Amino acid sequence: MTVLDSRVPDGPLESKWEDHKFDMKLVNPNNKRRFEIIIVGTGLAGASAAATLGELGYKVKVFTYHDSARRAHSIAAQGGINAAKNYHGDGDSVFRLFYDTVKGGDYRSREANVHRLAEVSNSIIDQCVAQGVPFAREYGGLLDNRSFGGAQVSRTFYARGQTGQQLLLGAYQALSRQVKEGNVELITKSEMLELVVVDGKAAGIVVRDLVTGEITRHSAHATVLATGGYANAFFLSTMAMASNVTAAWRAHRKGAFFANPSFTQIHPTAIPSSDEFQSKLTLMSESLRNDGRIWVPEDPDESRHPADIPEEERDYYLERRYPAFGNLAPRDISSRAAKVVVDEGKGVGPLKNGVYLDFADVMERLGHDAVADKYGNLFEMYERITGEDPYEVPMRIYPAPHYTMGGLWVDYHLQTTIPGLFSIGESNFSDHGANRLGASALMQGLADGYFVLPYTIGDYLAPMLGQPKVETSAPEFDQAEQDVQARIEKYLNTNGTRSVDWFHRELGKLLWDYCGMERTKEGLEKALSEIPALRAEFERDVRVLGSAESLNSSLEKVGRVADFFELAELMCKDALVREESCGGHFRAEHQTDDGEAQRDDENFAHVTAWEWTGDPGDPTEHREQLDFEYVTLTQRSYK
Amino acid sequence: MNLTLRVWRQAGPDAPGRFETYEAKGISEDSSFLEMLDTVNEELVAEGEEPIEFMHDCREGICGTCGLMINGRAHGPELGTATCQLHMRTYSDGDELVIEPFRAAGFPIIKDLVVGRSAFDRIIEAGGYVTVDTGSAPDANLTPVPKETADLAMDAAACIGCGACVAACPNGAAQLFTSAKISQLNVLPQGQPERYQRTLGMVEVMEEHFGSCTNMGECEAACPKGISIDFIAMMNKDYRKATFAGRKAG
Ligand SMILES: Cc1cc2nc3c(=O)[nH]c(=O)nc-3n(C[C@H](O)[C@H](O)[C@H](O)COP(=O)(O)OP(=O)(O)OC[C@H]3O[C@@H](n4cnc5c(N)ncnc54)[C@H](O)[C@@H]3O)c2cc1C
Ligand code: SF4
Ligand code: FES
Repeated sequence: MTVLDSRVPDGPLESKWEDHKFDMKLVNPNNKRRFEIIIVGTGLAGASAAATLGELGYKVKVFTYHDSARRAHSIAAQGGINAAKNYHGDGDSVFRLFYDTVKGGDYRSREANVHRLAEVSNSIIDQCVAQGVPFAREYGGLLDNRSFGGAQVSRTFYARGQTGQQLLLGAYQALSRQVKEGNVELITKSEMLELVVVDGKAAGIVVRDLVTGEITRHSAHATVLATGGYANAFFLSTMAMASNVTAAWRAHRKGAFFANPSFTQIHPTAIPSSDEFQSKLTLMSESLRNDGRIWVPEDPDESRHPADIPEEERDYYLERRYPAFGNLAPRDISSRAAKVVVDEGKGVGPLKNGVYLDFADVMERLGHDAVADKYGNLFEMYERITGEDPYEVPMRIYPAPHYTMGGLWVDYHLQTTIPGLFSIGESNFSDHGANRLGASALMQGLADGYFVLPYTIGDYLAPMLGQPKVETSAPEFDQAEQDVQARIEKYLNTNGTRSVDWFHRELGKLLWDYCGMERTKEGLEKALSEIPALRAEFERDVRVLGSAESLNSSLEKVGRVADFFELAELMCKDALVREESCGGHFRAEHQTDDGEAQRDDENFAHVTAWEWTGDPGDPTEHREQLDFEYVTLTQRSYK
Repeated sequence: MNLTLRVWRQAGPDAPGRFETYEAKGISEDSSFLEMLDTVNEELVAEGEEPIEFMHDCREGICGTCGLMINGRAHGPELGTATCQLHMRTYSDGDELVIEPFRAAGFPIIKDLVVGRSAFDRIIEAGGYVTVDTGSAPDANLTPVPKETADLAMDAAACIGCGACVAACPNGAAQLFTSAKISQLNVLPQGQPERYQRTLGMVEVMEEHFGSCTNMGECEAACPKGISIDFIAMMNKDYRKATFAGRKAG
């Protein structure tokens, strides 16, 4: 087991980043044109990085499988983005945002990274406002804020319920300007299928054009993955349908360590699935928990209309178990509590797979109009999906996979264990520890892309001045392209009997049952024996029709699902070796007497980073020890 | 419920297209329209027939990827609803549905129900941004923006770039999309310095790719985000000012 070097600079926490910016090597403005950078992904992280690196003068090539850079998964974020502006004078500060984020992550993130994130948060808001992002304003014309996800201060900036959309469009527009100016070449509808490593360094990528099927090679001095999270491993999640792990996984197979893969966030308020054809889960904003009361009937055989169930026969389990935070208990805790009651058979709805989120009290207190004003669009969205009117009938909600804290291991420079390969946004593991706070992912994606990577990548490139990039005729490129071709042909020729979705759904069920909200040694071991068996069946029996020479979404999916299979094994393995509970990782064996997560700081205050060995069942474990100098580790309590 | 689908199938951009008939059986009314297509595709795969290609990603009505003509209407019959948010309870057992791609000269068909909308990106590249390099911005609260202005900008910014406005327009015009983006930036203080240059640039590129607007108003009715045609009037006004003053800077 090697010890990983995080390259966190010395010096006091508050000035590490500023000092380090000065210490890092610079590329002279005139020389930037001589460096080529590949970026994969045009979500918040990728688009902001591509725009900024283009502005700085680098020669940038950016890829997305979407048909436009405007459509990345980031667009779906509703709630908002945090920053330590303290515009409302309620005592917020960079240090408080830093502290909350480390604590919220259940002390499994790197202090120096999180502090830097909090430091640059304010510049993000400045940048976005200057771009014309229409954040919500107060009557005086200044920016409005709301509080979000358990924070005790108002630090969340928002644009109606479409914050992710507006931030992404801002970054996309900045990127479009660079495309127009010729600094950035944007290649859409193209999927990276392999990373190429030459002499131990990232040399470029192999890409498939999703429309024509053409396979092309691209080399550069540095490669950046901004390819998002992998919660779709569960099949049903709140992620966009196409979100996948392939880019990160291909890099992992070429030597990039994968950190904390089991750290997934299960969001407490999604609409439960209605039948087995369900293709994805829709998030209902967490803000609803400010006014909605969560309950289930005491009697598992309850069949009355919810309004007819008397108070004393209802269990407001969050209010009962967590009197101080009640319905606002953090995501991981609320999710698990819902699972407990549904497992007891008290779930509601036709499939008994949800809990009530009831607005009757607030309707009575504030009236229909005030409620409509606050939540109208969410209620409408709910009704459109379920056909039920939440003004009349309580909503039904249930937890859903939503975000992945785990991802490619990166050091303080956001560089993976492969020199020249960087990872930003949700695709890396960096800042959220074992649980991400609401409104912090947008912040991290934009921090990485606008304000961190553009400095740290220069430090990597500067010493390479004058060196040409690797030629795409290098044998490593030949090999990578052959591998891609071989995989495509293999799946087109398997001629099995079952669709890709069928296998994906089965895999998702296994992961959800054994590596979801609650994990046990026994369950994880079961999953670790069942996943390889299912994978073998997949390899033998999957059916992909059509050709490789045209748009073929089954072909796109089969490669992604194949990578999910390998990842799923690693997730279970990671959950198995982490013999503690922390944040989103709840091991039933490690709980306090009253059922709360029990951390083990003595033995597990580390990041687990896995190295690919060629056998998905036998990866090598590495560790990065986490040292806490500024934050005191305490047991989280929300009672 | 059981439905009969008449679906446009076209193997590639230059291949001839045709309608094929499929039966969608045992569809739950809680399914979304796209889940209904998923189910049909599962059946097709089981029978050894290539699944129908259609566009989608978020399935939440926000990414703007989805878009089908359903019985001649862009995004189907429900007002303010993108295709992915349309649910089968809108339909009844035995209904026949004609499903086609978004058709317009500016949106070439790629395969089946999938079209190319990159002309929208060209319009944005022609000026749909504020020129501000990363790191050069002043404090966000330096310039107050009246709430009504910010709200108006947000109304325009809500456009998801789906292209239903173009598909619904008998002329295949892209005025609603283009005016939404121009207006968002042109009403904000941040957008003023480039206001006229932006308007000229974007309108010119729009005209290269799309048809002309004859005020039919079909776009507004089809728009899943309720973007108002008032923005077209605002754009036209700015365009007249821009050409009149010959303000084409740089
Ligand atoms: C419903 C929902 C609501 C949310 N709300 C909030 C919120 O209110 N606040 C908050 O802070 N966070 C929120 N989040 C989380 C947040 O939206 C995401 O974590 C964040 O947007 C991820 O951004 P990204 O740039 O890292 O990745 P993405 O936006 O996922 O972008 C990934 C990009 O990579 C490309 N890509 C991936 N693989 C390849 C490949 N192999 N080849 C080519 N291109 C590839 C894709 O095309 C895409 O452009 C929410 C998430 C969900 C699901
Ligand atoms: S204006 Fe409406 S219909 Fe047109 S692209 Fe935007 S959201 Fe779609
Ligand atoms: S799939 Fe995203 S808007 Fe319909």
